[in-house]
Amino acid sequence: MLNKDTARTEGTQPDAALPALGFTGTLRWAWKQLTSMRIALFLLLLLAVAAVPGSLFPQRSANPAVVTTYLQDHPDSGPILDWFQLFDVYSSVWFSSIYLLLFISLIGCVTPRAIAHAKAVRAKPPATPRRLSRMPVYGTLEIPAAQASGAAITPASAVADAAALLKKRGYRVDVRDADGDRPSVAAERGFSKELGNLVFHSSLIGVLVSVAVGGLFGYNGQKVIVEGDTFVNTLVGYDAFTPGTNFSDDQLEPYSIRLDAFDVQFDRALESHYGQPLDFTASLTTQAGPDAEPKKQTLKVNAPVDIGGTSVYLVGNGYAPVITVRDGEGNIAVQGPVVTIPSDGLYTSLAVIKAPDARPEQLGFVGFFLPTAFVDEKGVSFSRDPDPFNPQLNLNSYAGDLGLDGGEPKNVYVLDTDNLTELNSRNSDNGGIVLGLGETYDLPEGKGSITFDGLKRYIAVDIHHDPAQLGALVFSVLALAGLSASLFIGRRRAWVRTGEHPDGRVLVEYGLLARGEDPRLPAEGAAVEKLLTSHWLAHPDKAGENQLQPAGAPAAGTGAGTDGDNGKDIE
Amino acid sequence: MKSVNTELGATSELFMLLASIAYVVALIFFVLDLVKSSRTIGAVEARLAAGQAQAPAQAKVLAGARGGASAPVPAGPAMADTSMDYSAGPRRSSARIAVALTVVATVIHGAAVLTRGIAADRVPWGNMYEFCTTGALVVSLIFLITLTRKDLRFVGSFVIGLVVIMLCAATVGFATPVANLIPALQSYWLIVHVSIAVASSALFTLTFAMSVLQLIQSSREARIAAGGPDKAGFMRLVPPALSLENLSYRLNAIAFVGWTFTLIAGAIWAEEAWGRYWGWDTKEVWTFVIWTVYAGYLHARATKGWTGTRAAWLSIVGYLCIVFNFTIVNIYFSGLHSYSGV
Ligand code: HEM
Repeated sequence: MLNKDTARTEGTQPDAALPALGFTGTLRWAWKQLTSMRIALFLLLLLAVAAVPGSLFPQRSANPAVVTTYLQDHPDSGPILDWFQLFDVYSSVWFSSIYLLLFISLIGCVTPRAIAHAKAVRAKPPATPRRLSRMPVYGTLEIPAAQASGAAITPASAVADAAALLKKRGYRVDVRDADGDRPSVAAERGFSKELGNLVFHSSLIGVLVSVAVGGLFGYNGQKVIVEGDTFVNTLVGYDAFTPGTNFSDDQLEPYSIRLDAFDVQFDRALESHYGQPLDFTASLTTQAGPDAEPKKQTLKVNAPVDIGGTSVYLVGNGYAPVITVRDGEGNIAVQGPVVTIPSDGLYTSLAVIKAPDARPEQLGFVGFFLPTAFVDEKGVSFSRDPDPFNPQLNLNSYAGDLGLDGGEPKNVYVLDTDNLTELNSRNSDNGGIVLGLGETYDLPEGKGSITFDGLKRYIAVDIHHDPAQLGALVFSVLALAGLSASLFIGRRRAWVRTGEHPDGRVLVEYGLLARGEDPRLPAEGAAVEKLLTSHWLAHPDKAGENQLQPAGAPAAGTGAGTDGDNGKDIE
Repeated sequence: MKSVNTELGATSELFMLLASIAYVVALIFFVLDLVKSSRTIGAVEARLAAGQAQAPAQAKVLAGARGGASAPVPAGPAMADTSMDYSAGPRRSSARIAVALTVVATVIHGAAVLTRGIAADRVPWGNMYEFCTTGALVVSLIFLITLTRKDLRFVGSFVIGLVVIMLCAATVGFATPVANLIPALQSYWLIVHVSIAVASSALFTLTFAMSVLQLIQSSREARIAAGGPDKAGFMRLVPPALSLENLSYRLNAIAFVGWTFTLIAGAIWAEEAWGRYWGWDTKEVWTFVIWTVYAGYLHARATKGWTGTRAAWLSIVGYLCIVFNFTIVNIYFSGLHSYSGV
């Protein structure tokens, strides 16, 4: 059997000795090292280790706000971690260098292997070893003299038969010494093993390139749409937008999406999971362009809507209470739905309302929206159900400078109360604002009022465009196919040699060899033997009355060992 | 809306309990078999040594050591047959009982998982409890299937021990009554992606057990080769390290293809659910880490100086990552995949 190490690492070099001095020599030495199996293994394991911190620290790519909070909470260690790019692991210099080195190594490894394989495919099967009995699987047969002469079987014709049979079985064959005393056929199969390996490794490069192309030309954005509202696919339409490096505005098709209704269904049958969501369905009216026909479509979790070269995904939902804020002068300062952020499964939601147009002072509100409000023994309000059976707003109010005029972008979901005066809150004497549906609360000191007019739901959608997605899929599937071929196909060589005994018997011996460790080789040997015996048996006109006998014990206990089987077949 | 049958759910939990008990008894018999067989072999060896005082002390004793065998006596540590075939040895009655009990336990276990699925009116792998119980069933099934082809009873106590641990974790740690699926999981990709993940993990469980035994066996082989005493006598039931390595390599190769598929199917599902096929979510990170470690394992098998012990370590590390991914990541790490139901 081939030595496993040498057989498997063909194409890579053995450990390089210290290089001869000189620049090119050093370069060549470095290249050899980089493309060695040992370094490939090292880089692979290093990549695994390097990926781990990305799951331990918050990542900007996934959630920049969490990173900002982390930095605020850890003023000492945060900046150091940031310096090491631990909040951007997967685009960090060190992570990128590992996988780039790995892929350079991969290319350096695959290219010579591919060339070698192309040559091997065209080359003839290797010469028949002098002593076939040395092969890990070995067996002999004999065709009795009477039968051989009756069917005109000669060593040469037997080899021709064997070659035809092996060829049918998928072997590439080459007949040697056809006219000699001891003709033989050399056969080889399983080239797709190596091909699979090459396809696998090359497809990994394909996947990487697809990911990169997607990053260059793709884009994604987020948008919250309240029931009744329409989103138009333009840059200003988005709440947040992340363009690829090569993005340009004209890539956006001006389609529009209106959210007609959003239906949710919660589990009401099971006590153990009462109120667990069962279904979210958004009914949309879409228009592929300003002049296109409106179309009704439904959007669900796990079922995106494709429109204008993008896909729209339902990734979140919540309540948007409709409110009206009047200022101290009696004018409407804010009117409309306010998007609240659910913080638990019961949709206890954080609400922030800013009224920068209020006069004489700007007004701000912060608190909770509760779909089904209840008050516990301690007097604390909480939500008991995700459906709006008793919707209520619990708010604190503030007056002063909201800090929105400085031009800095501000998070709409956060109210900075540092420069504000509290008008009322749960802890103040006059208590917090508690508003049921349809109710109005007058702020202290005649600063204005707030009314809870109605309730709507909203959906949060992600909108994505990735031109290289299909490429990534195709290469992944190719990789999987190549991997399976590489791991499960056996690369085998087989030889059959014949000779004629002076008494007229035709003697046949065969040997098989696998590349690497191959536990199924004996079974293959048995199959080949069966093929040969049943072929000569299947032509009784040729084989005559006499029996064909497998002769000789399989060598050294490792042979096909199919005497019993064959005996049966032949009879 | 689909209806959930809570009564049937309770029946399923009863089955699960019965199955656990049966597994525990099977485990006891597997351990008993190890103890008894190693004692038998020890006695046979002692007799051989006494009978052939001139011969080198170490007799080669196959798993089925025939009493008073006049076999040639090659030097080398005693251990089971390389081929892992059922050889005509002494009847290992405890092992037979253990396997029979495992079959019974697996049947009850199968009924438990099946009734759970029927009760929920969907595939029974939608939360941690279900991943664990279904996963344990697959481990046990794969073990039994392998047993029909190879005599792997020596890993029985290990594998069934892991099954018992998984069932305990499920019923004690992750107990969840039957319920419908939340919208995020309502996808046929749940069926495809999770089933293959569970099957691959089950295979990795088996190879993990074999790699641990391989490490013990190879250090035992080394110790004995150096003329030291044979301390781990029960390892005589276990085949040589090399054949353990070869078999676990083949199983790992199958499991790795399954894991690759899991990864790809997960990416397709992620694309459908969240609009990107890869986003380095914690669960994705760990799936990738596991994949890379096992890719390293396959490479190690082809790298000089990395076969054998080092490869076995990689197989073990890979499995520890799987356990970590399933427990710590599911429970403590927040991410998009946080619907484990705990
Ligand atoms: C992205 C990095 C890589 C990954 C994920 C990877 C993965 C794998 C996997 C899973 C296998 C086993 C399946 C098969 O035989 O096809 C394998 C085999 C192999 N890889 Fe890689 N590989 C990578 C890079 C490399 C590099 C850089 C080299 C060369 C230095 C290399 C050389 C080989 C060789 C020679 C085999 C065949 C081993 C055998 O015959 O069992 N690979 N690789």
